[in-house]
Amino acid sequence: MKYLCSIFFDEKNLDALSEGALQALTDESLAFDQTLRDRGHLLAAQALQPVSAATTVRIRNGKVSVTDGPFAETHEQIGGFLLIEAKDLNEAIQLASKIPSIRLGGIEVRPIKELTASNPNK
Amino acid sequence: MGLPHKDEDGAERVRQTVDAVYRSDSRRVLATLIHLLGDFDWAEEALHDAFAAAVEQWPLNGVPANPRAWLVSTGRFKAIDGMRRRVRFNASMEELARRPDQETVEPLEWDEQSVEDDRLRLIFTCCHPALAADAQLALTLREVCGLTTEEIARAFLTTAPTIAKRIVRAKAKIRDARIPYEVPSRSDLPQRLERVLQVIYLVYTEGYAASSGESLTRPDLSGEAIRLGRLLVELLPEPEAQGLLALMLLQESRRGARTSSTGDLVLLDDQDRLLWNRDFINDGISLVERAMASRSAGPYALQAAIAAVHAGAPTAAVTDWATIVELYDVLQQASPSPVVELNRAVAVAMRDGPLAGLTLIEAILARGELEDYYLAHSARADLCRRLGQKTEARASYEKALALVRPETARRFLMKRLNELAREA
Repeated sequence: MKYLCSIFFDEKNLDALSEGALQALTDESLAFDQTLRDRGHLLAAQALQPVSAATTVRIRNGKVSVTDGPFAETHEQIGGFLLIEAKDLNEAIQLASKIPSIRLGGIEVRPIKELTASNPNK
Repeated sequence: MGLPHKDEDGAERVRQTVDAVYRSDSRRVLATLIHLLGDFDWAEEALHDAFAAAVEQWPLNGVPANPRAWLVSTGRFKAIDGMRRRVRFNASMEELARRPDQETVEPLEWDEQSVEDDRLRLIFTCCHPALAADAQLALTLREVCGLTTEEIARAFLTTAPTIAKRIVRAKAKIRDARIPYEVPSRSDLPQRLERVLQVIYLVYTEGYAASSGESLTRPDLSGEAIRLGRLLVELLPEPEAQGLLALMLLQESRRGARTSSTGDLVLLDDQDRLLWNRDFINDGISLVERAMASRSAGPYALQAAIAAVHAGAPTAAVTDWATIVELYDVLQQASPSPVVELNRAVAVAMRDGPLAGLTLIEAILARGELEDYYLAHSARADLCRRLGQKTEARASYEKALALVRPETARRFLMKRLNELAREA
């Protein structure tokens, strides 16, 4: 079963890190990704640029509307994600709890919904 | 031609047996069916089908040697049969139908231990931390205790559709997020057990509060909680599970004494101790002793130990307050909270006099933590009253009265205020 682990934190927490601390967290995160990959749990993992770089696209009255900023203005934003493979929610929670950047905020663990096309044989 | 009388009697006896088996074993059977079928709703349907089959077949073929095993294998067979039939209608169900992974329905290997484990799995799944707290309560009462949605709604003074929605949502999350049907690993157990104990204690306190409230028609939640506690101790004899059961039994032992014939609250000191339930007290004390002997006694065992000291005092006057204060010291270390501190202050007042207790309570109130807690103000009022500080006492009783919720506690505070007014 696939789970998306979205890493939520207040960007201020990230900005507050010293250069050394940030590098240490980065190294730790990359090493953790590798561990997950080696154990067959990691499908994809990326950190994200700050929300100041985000653009939100909607359809308003049939027209594409583009606005600056994240979809929802909240304190905590998605700073990165991991798409993992776990046998059940307990394993997913156990893996998510080890993501190094959990210390900056929290992780939302959400099961992936597999979509099936209406005509899979064609 | 009608059946001879003898057979009608026999049929009636079998019906009674089915009813009795339903009451004693339906939750066990359900727990195992959830395990075998991997889905709460299918398991409930299978449970229903299995009992329907029992009503039909047992009068004809006799009651099976192991009714539980018969019900599980019949329920499982009916569920798999039903799934196969549905698969023919809907090819996309194929994957689901394969979940129980049975090409042929071979007879079940009956294993008592694994059935008991299923009950524990059910408890831990219903109390999984990924479910909303109110859903944990509703699901536990529904699936583990077998209460109906209507009964749960009445117990929590809400409507059946509200409870039904909570249960449906929780089951959907169990399925969609794949919450496993398992007893947590050793390393997760303490934390997960804590949540289970919280759920059971919440059920208990809800029932305890209800019994003194206005609505006497609410189902006996305290009784359900104690049954759950006993089941848990039987399945998983951890010190804190024993501690919680002991705590509930010791509190329950005073039920008959804590309200007067007019429905007013009677404080521990004033209770007629002959009304205390000795069986509950004896059970409670022996559980406390077991839990405390384990050397890993936690907050529930410690609270139970305090209750046991009270239970052991033939009169309020001979209560061993020194031991109670010591136990509160340990409790405050194990699980620090301003409420524990408040209770300790009251015990200190009993050991060293009202002034010593008042000093401690004022320090707690000065920190502002218990400003909205009516028992803090009523405890302060009580100590002021005993010190003859009537104006202070009145002010605190009034503050407590403004904050209090249960009707009986309201009436108690009103009574104390009126007494002060008469004395003035």
